[in-house]
Amino acid sequence: MIKLEQVSKDFGKVKAVDNISFEVREGETMVLLGTSGCGKTTTLRMLNRLIEPTSGKITINGKDILTQPQEQLRRNIGYVLQHNSLFPHYTVAENIAAVPQLLKWDKQKIVTRSEELMHKVNLAASYLTSYPRELSGGQQQRVNIARALAANPDVLLMDEPFGALDTITRASIRKEFSELDELKRKTIVMVTHDVQEAFEMGDEICLMNEGKIMQKGKPSELLFHPANDFVRSFFSSSYLQLVLKTVQINDIWDALEETVTVAQTAVSIQYNEPLWQVMERLMKGNAGNSLIQVRNKQGATKTIGREALYNAISNYKAK
Amino acid sequence: MAQEQSLLSFMSEQSGKLLEQTLEHIGLTFISLFIAVIIGLPLGILISRRKKLSGIVLGTAGVLQTIPSIALLGFMIPLLGIGPKPAIVALLLYALLPIIRNTYTGITGVDATIREAAKGIGMSSTQVLFKVELPLAMPVIFAGIRTATVINVGVATLAAYIAAGGLGEFIFGGISLNNTNMILAGAIPAALLAIIFDFLLSRLQKMNVKKLRLAYISFPFIILILSSFYLLPVAYSSKLLAGFTPEFMGRTDGYLGLKKQYGLNIRTVVISDAVMYEALYHKKLDVISGYSTDGRLKAYDLITLKDDKGIFPPYYAAPVVRMDILDKYPELEQALNMLAGRINDSVMTDLNYRADHLKQSPEQIARNFLMAQGLWKEPRNGKKGIVRIGTKIFGEQYILGNMYSMLIKGYTDLDVATKTGLGGTKICFDAMTNDQIDMYPEYTGTGLLVILKTDARIANALIKNNDSVYNYVNDNFEKQYHIKWLKPIGFNNAYALMMRRQQSVELGVNSISGLKKYLEKR
Repeated sequence: MIKLEQVSKDFGKVKAVDNISFEVREGETMVLLGTSGCGKTTTLRMLNRLIEPTSGKITINGKDILTQPQEQLRRNIGYVLQHNSLFPHYTVAENIAAVPQLLKWDKQKIVTRSEELMHKVNLAASYLTSYPRELSGGQQQRVNIARALAANPDVLLMDEPFGALDTITRASIRKEFSELDELKRKTIVMVTHDVQEAFEMGDEICLMNEGKIMQKGKPSELLFHPANDFVRSFFSSSYLQLVLKTVQINDIWDALEETVTVAQTAVSIQYNEPLWQVMERLMKGNAGNSLIQVRNKQGATKTIGREALYNAISNYKAK
Repeated sequence: MAQEQSLLSFMSEQSGKLLEQTLEHIGLTFISLFIAVIIGLPLGILISRRKKLSGIVLGTAGVLQTIPSIALLGFMIPLLGIGPKPAIVALLLYALLPIIRNTYTGITGVDATIREAAKGIGMSSTQVLFKVELPLAMPVIFAGIRTATVINVGVATLAAYIAAGGLGEFIFGGISLNNTNMILAGAIPAALLAIIFDFLLSRLQKMNVKKLRLAYISFPFIILILSSFYLLPVAYSSKLLAGFTPEFMGRTDGYLGLKKQYGLNIRTVVISDAVMYEALYHKKLDVISGYSTDGRLKAYDLITLKDDKGIFPPYYAAPVVRMDILDKYPELEQALNMLAGRINDSVMTDLNYRADHLKQSPEQIARNFLMAQGLWKEPRNGKKGIVRIGTKIFGEQYILGNMYSMLIKGYTDLDVATKTGLGGTKICFDAMTNDQIDMYPEYTGTGLLVILKTDARIANALIKNNDSVYNYVNDNFEKQYHIKWLKPIGFNNAYALMMRRQQSVELGVNSISGLKKYLEKR
């Protein structure tokens, strides 16, 4: 869907992006991860030609982006920045309608689409007439996503979309968006410096440093098979947390010992849920004695307690 | 209380003129503002796009802003003549800087993230400008327009100096005529205009976004309507155009006398004496109210019309001095009287010619003259005390001030402090009565009519005889103000109507009655 081939960008003598290539498949989310100045934002901005590459080729849907007029290209790509990038002099409705208006949709279609989007991002339609400054940061970011989705683009670019939000709002909005149907179907390239965010949102992660790709692949590959010391040390400070977020029930199925055989628990956990989530569910129960039913890929179930989970994790790590 | 009532009665008496001047003032302010917006807004946008140009453009506009307003108006005369045109151009130049700068600041101040978002969702650069940058910069741009408006209301008072009308006519007329009511009748409305426009624009600036769109759209129309006020009063015409100073316009021995005694009916504009000779020379005017000893009479080949009915009283120049300083330093009087009778009309015209046309410095002219007369002496550098000499703001007074300064330094042990360029009789005389200066050269006719405001009946009886005017003012100054008139210098710098020699010959007009006859033909 999106393909970069040997793309470089020089700013004077500085190589901001140095000969990188990667591909994002349709419907997948690629996270560009790295510290500030690593070239991730430059890479993103080359995708909608806010920055022109010095060399290399970028195609979206098989078409070289340099062959299309800039404005037309951008109108077909959703673009999400931090929440304060909404137009402050436009109402929420006008903000959402910005791209459809550029594309000259008719009025009724715009209204219908705006209302639909407000519903999807969990905002009351009454906010349509509000101005961005009257909204909280989290609400503003919902509008921001709605604006990017308005014209129904196939591709979405997100530049630190949750960067300016506080930690709690960020986590909840992120969760909400990762469950949003419309977002799931999009091909997304997202820039972040937040490792947690990268692991939660990314189907693939592309870790960059000094304009070069250090490693790209599934989150678990980067975590368990780091290509070099840079990758290893990059994740070291939050290693355990990342493991819990990456490893799924299915992965530790064999090591998991059933706590009780006859199970009557309300919650049942799917095979592809990360351990982090299972632990969160277990924490909610009464101290020590809560149980939860888990399921593997083949549909077999086990009912486990906290202790069984801990044991399985330490066994898994030992492997 | 008496003061207030007479101000109100003055204003109601002059209400027609006051309204006309106010409309002219509003018109001047807004025509120039309108043009300044038309020029300044695109320039501001341009330099926000090409930042390299911003230094040059803002620098140039900044330099224009620092040129003193009177000087700027002066520069305009050779280029654009007198009247509304140069005034509008000068005002427009003053209004440019705040408009350009605020447009630039407003646009460059738009949050980079928002500009990036606008580009990122696919707006063209024109769309970014009109949909995002300009609307967001509007409050800042409006603040600039607001500043420009207030500046323009203020500077527009100076338009009266170059025959462009406005409330300055009352203000400067009042200053020269020692008429506080007249000053206030101009100054109060001008101040009110500034306050009202500032307030209205501040409301516009703070309005919410929805209403604002309507306001922005209607703003240009409102400006246009206000601008058109200026065009209303220009309705009457006559064959010749006269330019009179604000002082002359309001004096019984000036325009009022011309109308009453001669029945002269001529189209007039108000203009500053600093530029009227030049305007006459450049054929922007046909008749002016000049001074009979002005050097430019000679420089521009002008003639004075004969005052055949004798309405201009004699204006013999003499130093007027505070009596307490004469008591303190009795030797002063003798030093000052050394000039008495030394300078007649043609000598004074020649001295003025050197200053106005040959551009010699007043000091040099004064020294050369005193040397030629054998009066010059090396300064004694005395430390006995200080005499403060004031002068009005024209060449002749500067020359006389320098002569007196040299005489005092050479013949007494006193030192001199000069306060030159006091703008008008009222300012000079007030400085004297408030013990800010000790002496200045004054003219008998001015003392009689402007300062003493002598009743017309008495004045008309007096002006037939030079000595009786001098004695009358000397007596009354001593009694009322404790100020003494020393001996007259000799020349008579009276008011006179002037024309270009060539035109005077062509029309066969050489007296005021002749002028009236010519105007009444057809």
